[in-house]
This record gives sequence, structure tokens and C-alpha cells, in this order.
Amino acid sequence: MSHETPIAPEPTPRTETPAARPSPVIAISGLSKRYDSGFSALKQIDLEIQRGEIFALLGPNGAGKTTLISIICGLVNATGGSVTVDGHDSVTDYRAARAKIGLVPQELTSDAFETVWNTVRFSRGLFGKAPNDTHIERVLKALSLWDKRKNKLITLSGGMKRRVLIAKALAHEPEILFLDEPTAGVDVELRRDMWEVVRELRNSGVTIILTTHYIEEAEEMADRIGVINGGEIVLVREKATLMRQLGSKQLTLHLQTPLASVPPALAHYPLTLAENGNVLVYTYDASEAGDSDHVSISALINEIEAAGIRFKDLHTKQSSLEDIFVNLVRERQ
Amino acid sequence: MNLQAVRSIYFFEMARAGRTLLQSLISPVISTSLYFVVFGAAIGSRIQEVEGVSYGAFIVPGLIMLMLLTQSVSNASFGIFFPKFTGTIYEVLSAPISYFEIVLGYVGAAASKSAILGLVILGTANFFVDLHIQHPFMMLLFLLLTAITFSLLGFIIGIWADSFEKLQLVPLLIITPLTFLGGSFYAIDMLPPFWQAVTLANPVVYLVSGFRWSFYGISDVSVVASLVMIGVFLAVSLAVISWIFRTGYRLRP
Repeated sequence: MSHETPIAPEPTPRTETPAARPSPVIAISGLSKRYDSGFSALKQIDLEIQRGEIFALLGPNGAGKTTLISIICGLVNATGGSVTVDGHDSVTDYRAARAKIGLVPQELTSDAFETVWNTVRFSRGLFGKAPNDTHIERVLKALSLWDKRKNKLITLSGGMKRRVLIAKALAHEPEILFLDEPTAGVDVELRRDMWEVVRELRNSGVTIILTTHYIEEAEEMADRIGVINGGEIVLVREKATLMRQLGSKQLTLHLQTPLASVPPALAHYPLTLAENGNVLVYTYDASEAGDSDHVSISALINEIEAAGIRFKDLHTKQSSLEDIFVNLVRERQ
Repeated sequence: MNLQAVRSIYFFEMARAGRTLLQSLISPVISTSLYFVVFGAAIGSRIQEVEGVSYGAFIVPGLIMLMLLTQSVSNASFGIFFPKFTGTIYEVLSAPISYFEIVLGYVGAAASKSAILGLVILGTANFFVDLHIQHPFMMLLFLLLTAITFSLLGFIIGIWADSFEKLQLVPLLIITPLTFLGGSFYAIDMLPPFWQAVTLANPVVYLVSGFRWSFYGISDVSVVASLVMIGVFLAVSLAVISWIFRTGYRLRP
């Protein structure tokens, strides 16, 4: 995959007043959706997406991720509330709002008998942009689709079709890109390539909102994380803050000789024994990470040695976003 | 007005017809030719003139109408049903275009295709019978209005249908019988009085009659009634489409 050519629009100059916080590129307020069946997919969602960030929306199946994206993009009518896209209301000023957005849907849909080139070109025209074959060529090359441009979509593999959907979404040089489960069913290599493209887009100023099942992706890619469950936003936080606040760390010591119980001298540490006394586990908050943390760990190790406990190996483990997420959703249920 | 988008949809749809030239153009021409061979030459030679026009020539406007109606409906219904079926409709719905522009693109393409087809059939008919068109301008007007109106109807069917069966249902159960019973192959006064009255409830009668008038100056009902009927059709179709888009029926839940 080549990355020397930019596939995103020139970043728009930011008109920030020094004192004010930059205005959000998407502002959602009081958004709700009740389907005709009576199912409430979204309940009073308030959310702001900042310009230029990668925002990951996490949630279990049926949490409302796709409904939320669909309303912002104009595929589903909201029951209540409002969405503004770069200051344009998504209903009353839909032309201006939608022109800024590119959407990569979850479902692999394609005009089976069209060629890659025609379908991507069509997308650009649909969004009201004058033909620009140079741009389309850049997009296709960046997504390694250039060689396939004359192929009919029906002849492409699932991963290639996914790339075509991304190319279609980028054809009109959107400022905001929605990726709804973009890497579902995509092999590891292609997934890595896609994230490379996403990073490149972000670097050129495009705001990216993604939903994903692969939490490690959100962990690796996102600037901020929103968790949605049962149609409600459970939390929105900087990824780093989230990991620090809700993550925990574990220090595991493999002992030379098994212990029957934690010695009383070490009782003031939250220590537990595992594997028939062969392993000593110390769990602590990741928020304690930093200088004070080092002190406490080295102090702990000194005390363990002083207590005459010998260990042959040690390692530490930090809880992943996935652990945090699972705990959060479980707590709410 | 997002003309670029209208143009994109229009040419995308027209290109689809180009790819399927055989079924879009050649097969209707062949089936019309068969009608001429069977009704015009084989049976028609035994039928006396109808209101001073040879039977073969008499059925030309009706045959063109028959093709115009069925092709408009099937072109337009398939044009919007297919993206709905494959899911690619998401792109049209998320694009910065109005309902009017969506309809203009899809229905415009469908109507163009069937109008072109109508003219091709007219050309084909010229090989079989001597044709005189008394009111060429009115002929074109009827042709275009019918193509547009029935493409709108097809668009509605394509949005309503959620399966291929339903897509076929309306053309098969309603359009084809109404067209066959709409005086394509006979003048209404050939029918017994009771059926003449019943036939007047068939809207297609007015279309065929008006169209035939533009050829030969003969008609079953007045030309004004024909024009009014097309106008009513057009208005009803437009009203239904505007309701569809206002409510998001089958498109935006």
C-alpha cells in the first residue's frame, strides 16, 4: 500500500479563538430513536466529536452504534433531538451537513455488475462534486485498488469489496469519515493496511468516528473512546485517561518454593496466592502508575525478600481496554 | 439543486441499460415484431379495416403503448429496487441530495429508456405497415408523458416491493391485463355496449385512445379526456412519491 500521496482534502484552516475551546465538528443533543416496533434504540444521547480526532464508539451488539451513525448520516430519522455537523443541522440543512460526511457501512454492499472505477466515480458525483479522476486515482492507489479498477465488483473478494466501500466514502473528499465495523471479517494484513490509511487521513485533518469489535484496535487507534450500551452513552473519555482510571495492573511473582499462606509481615499489601501457592499476585491501580508506584513496588519487593521469600521470575500485566469494557458493560447490566 | 448528483444517477442508470442492451432493447423489439407477424399479418389480413385504417396499422399505437407501459414500470421499479435489495441505497440516502433529485435521476433515466424504446418500436413498425402520423408533436407528448407517468408508478412499486415476487406482481396482475383490455388490439365500439361502459373505467383506454388519435385522428374517447387522464395519473403518482419521501416509507426507518 503506498502512502506517499495524500488522499484526504487539504486540512481546513482552523478558526479557533485562543481562549475558546474549538467547536465540536459533530454535536449531538438529546438524540433518541424509537422504532415502530416500540424498541428504543437510542435514549437521549448527548455527544460531541472534536475536530480531527479519532473517536471509537464501543458497545455490545444491539447497543445502538449503527443507529446512531445512521441518524447522523441521514439513513434513519430520529424520533427526537438534533445533530449538527460543522454547525449545519442534519435535517434542516442536510445538504451542507451530508456533504462533509463519508460513510463506510457495516454491510458489504456493492453494485455487483459495476466496475470499481465506475462505482467510485459515481459516489463522487452523487455528493455533488465535479469529476476529478486524479483524486479517484489517488484514492484507488492508496487502497491498493488501482490494479482492480476495471474489475467488476462481483469478482472481488470480501476484503477488496471492503476497500471499495472505503474508496467510495473517500471519493468526495469528506472532512468526517464514519467507519462502521470496518474490519469485521477482514484479514490481519488488510486490517493493518486500513489503519494505516485511517492514520494518514487523521494526519491530514479528517475526523474519524469508528465502531469496532476489535477492542485492541480502539486501544491502538483512538484518541477518545465512547461506550454505548442499551441506547445510552455510558461514558466518554480520553483513551489514556480511561486506561489509567479504570485499568488495573498486576505484578505476578513465580516463587521458588510454594507458600501455604501470605506471611503476616506482608498482610498490608493486597496479595493473593495462586497455583497451589506457587504464584504470588499483587494487584494495584494503574492510576498509581508513576513515581509513587515505583516506590511502592520496589518497597514491596524489598519486603518480600526480607520475609525470606525467593522468586524465580516476575512479570506485570496491565488490563486491556477489553477488560475495562467488559467490566463496564457487566456493571451496568 | 445538486445537478451533479442527478446527472450521476441518470448516467449510472443509463449505463446499466447499455450493459444489458439485449434485454433492454432487442427483446422488446423482437416481441413487438412477433405481435406484428401474428396480429398484423396472419390474423390482421382477415380483419377488415378499423375506421378506415388497416388492422396492422391500427394496432401500432396500442403496441407501442403496451411496451411503453410495461417497460417504464419494469425499468423504474428495478432501478430503485435493485439498490434497495443489494443495500447500496445507503449511499443515495446519505448523499446531499433532495427527494426530488433522487426521483429526477432514477425516473428520468427509466422514462428516457422507455421513450427511446417506444421510438425504436415505431421504427420497427415502419417495416411492417405504412405509417402516417397526423399529429407528430402530440404523439411525442403522449409518448413522453406516458413514459414519465408509468416510470413514476414503477418507482413507487420498486420502493414498495420487498421481494422479487412483489416486484413482478403489479406488472403481471394489473398493468398487463389493463393494457391488453385497454383497446391496444381493438376499437372500443367493437365491444358489446355493457363492456364498452366497463372499459371506460380502465385508465389505459384513455392513453391508447389519445396516442392512436395522434397517429390517425381517430379515437375512442376525446383527446382532452386522454390528456386529463394522464395528468391525473401523473398527479397521483407524484403525490404518492412525495408521501413516500415525507414519511420515509420503506427507505428511512
